Amino acid sequence: MKSFTDTRHNPWVTFTLRRLGRLTVSLALLVTASFAMIHLVPGDPVRAALGLSASPELVEAREHALGLDRSLPDQFGSFLTRLLHGDLGESIGAQMPVADVISDRLPSTMQIAAIAFATTIVVAIPLGMAAGVLTRDGRRRRLELAFVGTTSVVAVFPEFLLAVGLVALFGAQLGWLPVALKEGPESYVLPVLALAIGPVAALSRIVRVETLRVLDEDYMRTARAKRLPTRILYLRHALPNLLTSSLTLGGLMLAGLLTGTVLVENVFAWPGLGMTMVQAITQKDYPLVQGIVLVYGTLALLINFAVDVLLAVTDPNSTIRES
Amino acid sequence: MSFTQRLGRTLRTPLGVVAMFAVFALLVVAIIGPIFWQDTADRVDTTAIGQRGSAEHWFGTDALGRDIAARMLVATRLTLELTLFATVIGAVGGFVLGTLPTVLGARAARLVTALVNLLIAFPTLLFVLFLAVVFGVGTYGAVLAIGIGIVPTFARLVQNLAASVAGADYVSAARILGVGRFRLIVRHILPNIAEPISLFLLQTGAGVLLAFSGLSFLGMGVQAPDYDWGRLLNEQLNRVYTHPESAVGPAVAIVLTGLAFNLVGEVLSQAGGRRGLRPTPDRDRRALAPTPAGTTSVTAAGGAGADDGEPAPLLDVDRLRVTFPGGHVAVRDVSLSVAPGEAVGIVGESGSGKSLTALAVAGLVPYPARVTARSITFDGVDPTANTGLGTSLAMVFQDPMASLNPALTIGRQLSEVAEVHLGHNRTQAMKRAVDRLRAVRIPDPEHRSGMHPGEFSGGMRQRTMIAMGLMGEPRLVIADEPTTALDVTVQAQVLALLRDVRETSGAAVLMISHDIAVVSQVCERVVVMYAGRVVEELPTSDLVTGTAHPYTRALIGAVPDMRTDRRLPLVTIPGRPPAPGEDTSGCPFAPRCEFATDRCRTEEPVLRGTDTRRRVACWHPVTTPAEEKTKSP
Ligand code: SF4
Repeated sequence: MKSFTDTRHNPWVTFTLRRLGRLTVSLALLVTASFAMIHLVPGDPVRAALGLSASPELVEAREHALGLDRSLPDQFGSFLTRLLHGDLGESIGAQMPVADVISDRLPSTMQIAAIAFATTIVVAIPLGMAAGVLTRDGRRRRLELAFVGTTSVVAVFPEFLLAVGLVALFGAQLGWLPVALKEGPESYVLPVLALAIGPVAALSRIVRVETLRVLDEDYMRTARAKRLPTRILYLRHALPNLLTSSLTLGGLMLAGLLTGTVLVENVFAWPGLGMTMVQAITQKDYPLVQGIVLVYGTLALLINFAVDVLLAVTDPNSTIRES
Repeated sequence: MSFTQRLGRTLRTPLGVVAMFAVFALLVVAIIGPIFWQDTADRVDTTAIGQRGSAEHWFGTDALGRDIAARMLVATRLTLELTLFATVIGAVGGFVLGTLPTVLGARAARLVTALVNLLIAFPTLLFVLFLAVVFGVGTYGAVLAIGIGIVPTFARLVQNLAASVAGADYVSAARILGVGRFRLIVRHILPNIAEPISLFLLQTGAGVLLAFSGLSFLGMGVQAPDYDWGRLLNEQLNRVYTHPESAVGPAVAIVLTGLAFNLVGEVLSQAGGRRGLRPTPDRDRRALAPTPAGTTSVTAAGGAGADDGEPAPLLDVDRLRVTFPGGHVAVRDVSLSVAPGEAVGIVGESGSGKSLTALAVAGLVPYPARVTARSITFDGVDPTANTGLGTSLAMVFQDPMASLNPALTIGRQLSEVAEVHLGHNRTQAMKRAVDRLRAVRIPDPEHRSGMHPGEFSGGMRQRTMIAMGLMGEPRLVIADEPTTALDVTVQAQVLALLRDVRETSGAAVLMISHDIAVVSQVCERVVVMYAGRVVEELPTSDLVTGTAHPYTRALIGAVPDMRTDRRLPLVTIPGRPPAPGEDTSGCPFAPRCEFATDRCRTEEPVLRGTDTRRRVACWHPVTTPAEEKTKSP
């Protein structure tokens, strides 16, 4: 008997190749855009960064150091070469290599993003599943209304307002948790909460819908006909069937969650990339902004690519649906 | 439904009133805010610097002693204006980029689509920050950045909508008639996608508001001395520890406004019936009155167990009813019995209640439906109580493709039955699973038990379902349309297997099918159901010559030869069965019955035993030797 998976050409290999192509083009666009940024900004970037009192000689010297006095193709060429060697240029404000600033700040950002993502998955899937089980087949209409209402309201809250709310409540009113700076494990709690609450609401809502879909499937009726204990019914028969789609959607939220750190870090004075970026923008430290945009953009693109490919591997049908 | 109608309907729902009122209030504040409170908002009061919230200053005062509440009211206008500007930029840009592929040549269209795809891959916030840097920090830069930042999302939506409309006939017709491209968009495409776009605009507006507040909050949007809500929040943030209300005030204003926009969009789209309606077939109000006459429709003559000579039935169902909320009775007083080792078939069209009867017996009727019965006993217990049943009742469902769990291996799905009910350990249970798979003639069962259902053919899956039922010691196998999804050869194999199972295990079989020919191959006795009722019951051997009910006759007439292709739809009887909830006074078959009389239309025929083995519910049974008996008392 011919196996079901034997198809003439493996669709997900083609799919992965195509996605790889798209990733390459996106990365190229990102690199070009971040290069172009410094030339697109209004006015003279170096003058703006050094201030009006800086002497013309200093400005000229700095422009020369940054290579801004050479021709555009020339600059782009050396930009690419330096990029390949991991050299992102020199920060105007910090007076040190951009790469060093980033490698100093990136871990703090990745930490809260990763913990927030893990929290989202660990909380949203059981929460959404419980809500789905309790409201299946139109049971408990009021609970359904409360759940859907609450999650959709919470999901539209932007991270920075959540962050402000958390600071006001836990930091100022109750005084339970530290509200600023990265000092000890407790200082992670509020930034992670601010990042995770929105995604938890959005994801648990989707997981609930997925749960309802799965519970409606014929194989769940078969499982009930076997008179299995409730625990086995939901954990062994329902959970694996909603895990793939839930994790995928969770993964797609990861890129947004990562960029959400920009706002959250600024509320909590979290010494990460996001706070650095905003400082760099206000100080007009364009090489640093350039480097951070590159890092954030690349991370976001890589995450989405990884999620796409993982989905294609675990669920070949979705690949076919896409094309 | 037109947009205005929808608006009107929205205003009649409580949520709609709240949403509309919120938007109206916002607009009023935006218009009159600067007129009335500008002075208060700008008044520097060195005697009242950084005060807490009080009756005089609701949200306190800022570092220059200015009243924060007044500043919030004044800032409403600028906040909404900037939101509006950015949204308009995004909408126009998105609309142009979104409709371009429809009117451009194929190659250019692909290029535009690819560009949108590329841009959409970047998180919006990052894109906006990038643009904010390029356009320069400040109000105008922020408006441009956010406006352009939402273009890709908007373009994607418009693209999808326009593509669906562009395929429509009238657009092709317009194109053939030589309508210009611009005209095509304005006259033919725009009106047809205006509605979903305007709903999306409201949601986008909410998003823009939040994004703008975010930028101002970061100090990259509105710059002093101007202020919007985000700027106010930015100014008050460092006081959140001491006077939280002064920072929470602007935050709440932002959130509530965002919610109001979302709510209006939500309510508008709901008023159009876009979502929120669950497709439940049982909402029919017409069926509110279940006829009390139904209770008299079964005579004691048909009830099993009255005869002394027969063994106690394995399954005995007395006046089973399945009712849906709203009053629709899907199964109406069905009585049925199956003796140990006997094979009984239930035949009927879809909607006759045959599957629900089977599910009710197994205690598996889906939630909103309610099962009542004078009594249901299976092997001495009530199966609907769902306890103590163990594995004595096995179900084989139709469509084995959907009935097996795609995420678990075949072996696991079988072995868990033995683990849960027979107390086997994992190894024992798996051994039994392999053994059962072999019993249903799955080739190479050791290897195949490790496979997932997706790797099995349809016939193998159905045999696996049967093997699953054999994991315990079933005394009754309920098979619900076990052959429907299979082709003819495989059908024959599965039927042979069912006969086999019956012989070797001694289990009784209750087989549900729309196909009288399939049933007659396995069962000794056939119960015919129509519109939730049993209309006839008779031995299989009498099917050809001894049917009394016009409906059974018609069913058999629809299969001229019992060996014809069973894949063809069985029912070629003119007319249709009553819809769920349709009021049927009298005989439910009357509209389709060639023997129907006035009595049939007003009085429902009762199910009477014509002899110990036959029952029929008809005022005018078709002439057979059994006919006289219906007239005897
Ligand atoms: S009762 Fe009348 S309408 Fe109904 S099946 Fe018999 S003859 Fe036909």
